[in-house]
Amino acid sequence: MTFRSLALFSLAVCSLFAGLAGQSVPSSSPITLLTKEGRRPSQVTLVGDQEFVALDELAAIFQLTVREDSLGAITVSYKGKTIVLTPDQALASISGRLVSLPAAPLDDARGRAGRGGHHWLVPVEFVSRALALVYDARLDLRKASRLLIAGDLRVPRVTIRYEPFGTAGRLTIDATPRAGSTVSQENDKLSIKFDADALDVVVPQVPSQGLVQGVHIVEPVSLVVDLGPRFAAFRASTQPIDASSRLTIDLVATQTEASPSPTPSPAPPPPDLSAVNQPTPSIRTMAIDPGHGGEDDGAKGRGGTKEKDLTLAVARRLKAALENRLGIRVLLTRDEDKNIPLDDRAALANNNKADVLLSLHANASLRPGTSGASIFVAAFDKAAEDQARASLGTERLPTFAGGVRDVELLVWDLAQIRHVDQSAELARIIEQQFRDRVPLSPRVIDRAPLRVLESANMPAVLVEMGYLTNAEQERQLTGNEFQNTLVQALVEAALRFRDYLDAQQHSPTVDGAAAPKPPDVRPAKAGSPHQ
Amino acid sequence: MRRDLAVAGFMIVAGVLAWLLFFGLPRWYGDVPAGTRAVAAPSATTPLPPGRKIKARLFYVADDGLRLAAAERDVPFGEGTVEQAKEIINVQIAPVAEPTLSAVPPGTQLRSLFVGEHGDAYVNLSREFSSAHQGGSLNELLTVYTIVNALTVNLPAVTSVQVLIEGKEVDTLAGHIDLRRPLAENLAWVQ
Repeated sequence: MTFRSLALFSLAVCSLFAGLAGQSVPSSSPITLLTKEGRRPSQVTLVGDQEFVALDELAAIFQLTVREDSLGAITVSYKGKTIVLTPDQALASISGRLVSLPAAPLDDARGRAGRGGHHWLVPVEFVSRALALVYDARLDLRKASRLLIAGDLRVPRVTIRYEPFGTAGRLTIDATPRAGSTVSQENDKLSIKFDADALDVVVPQVPSQGLVQGVHIVEPVSLVVDLGPRFAAFRASTQPIDASSRLTIDLVATQTEASPSPTPSPAPPPPDLSAVNQPTPSIRTMAIDPGHGGEDDGAKGRGGTKEKDLTLAVARRLKAALENRLGIRVLLTRDEDKNIPLDDRAALANNNKADVLLSLHANASLRPGTSGASIFVAAFDKAAEDQARASLGTERLPTFAGGVRDVELLVWDLAQIRHVDQSAELARIIEQQFRDRVPLSPRVIDRAPLRVLESANMPAVLVEMGYLTNAEQERQLTGNEFQNTLVQALVEAALRFRDYLDAQQHSPTVDGAAAPKPPDVRPAKAGSPHQ
Repeated sequence: MRRDLAVAGFMIVAGVLAWLLFFGLPRWYGDVPAGTRAVAAPSATTPLPPGRKIKARLFYVADDGLRLAAAERDVPFGEGTVEQAKEIINVQIAPVAEPTLSAVPPGTQLRSLFVGEHGDAYVNLSREFSSAHQGGSLNELLTVYTIVNALTVNLPAVTSVQVLIEGKEVDTLAGHIDLRRPLAENLAWVQ
């Protein structure tokens, strides 16, 4: 990114603000363009649920040439490479290769009549899906944190989680890809400075416990923790986990529970750091499965809502909320309008060693009055369970590096059998969190032979969020408020389920505790009937 | 004259035998066919044409939309398990009048049906059973168990049912319920 392009960008941003000033077009929060030279906000226009940016402005920023032919096609050129857009089609053609976009270009002629010609708005994803393929420098759009990164910048994705442990507390800060950090205390603040060019971070709400009052970002690469009155000491450590570096800061409180002795102790007792030596949390990865997709619309409401769109919208919200609140890795089985086979959805969760699978759906009934959320757990009949048990075993298999390794095997179709008790507990916890917040069906928890759950080698449930065939529920389900409430309840449920799993780990007498690492699964065909 | 009387007598006897064979016996045996769990309550559906018939428990969507409700219906008699199963399915998937509501998608037709030696029935339905389905886990459960329970409840020889669409095994009907294996009777979905 050159100085000239930045200057052009500034001009473009000014003109964009001027252009939009007189319009009633709803705006979303701006996206910040990050370059080696600095950061600049860029306006985003919201049409329906889709965010758009003006093609003119992109052209100015990235030195693109835009022209329209007589047939209406829009050709975007950059250094001899072209992207062709067609109005009314959610597609871009890049040197003959078709790329899908979440929406077709829009002609934003409102308020701009004086300038003449078309003024196209393109979905923000145009930048990452189309422009990135022809542009010289790397373009990385991070919608959740409102960042567009141009060039090879080190911008780790940072997730923050705070967990109280009795009188102590722990801050867990994961940076992906790995980034070094230094922690220092200045009076009532802890400063965490990352070795990076910028941070991709959404700061979560921290529960008030007297140890930490809040966390905020200090540009460009620091996080500051505001310490509370009960703070006494901290201990920080870093360890690599997969592609991330995890900074763990244990915070210790002052001993305020004074003994009844009237004699003041001569010196404050040393902080008790043993309370914070907790094991690794039992949920590190969650898989979220937005039901249906592509040509499979799923259930449909009379108002036109499609189940596939609703599940994807909620899944994206849930992913962002889980990452921020729990600081865990969250995978989506699909992040676009595409049909993924049910086996592939379970496979994604299995192959990524997800600790929980949540499949999101919306229900339908022939009776339009039927309403309420419900949660399903997989059902197997006894014959299938017997078969699964009989097939369990260990095989000694050669490894790529030479030698052999003992691999525990399990029938693919029946992988869920060993987790059904934990899945039922997860369903019960979700029900608790839904109560008083989300309208529930009279049959809240049920068991059924659900295809997507059967092969999941981890606790897994299918959540039916409500009935699209009920007009009132359709309106509710598509609203921001309801979706946020539902996501909040699911995040709380995930936190409580993690506590439940942690408790199981600590209690070897509990059924299923000290369970061995989940086995690898192999494809197999079960031949027995199930219920 | 004598010869005429003999011919007339023969005609009368033949007529009586024919009546007995085609009308009398079916009516006599109609209420208690072999191999079915007969129920004696009167039918609420459109009367079937005259012929031997049985009473069967069929399944329709309950008023709350959350379960199936069992209803006794007249079903034509079929000789043997397979023929009787076909008759039951044909009545079960037939359109019904309001306020009765069927979980079976409209337009569904029975293509064929056979029963394995272990009591697993294979019901081959037309593509409408899947393509005209409204979706939703619960809806799909009710549709599938309408077919499964209609056979397992009425025919003791059938212990499980697998649905095929246009002769082919399918993963699911509308993305939820595993149809790759025969399903056993499940009355948890019945009121």
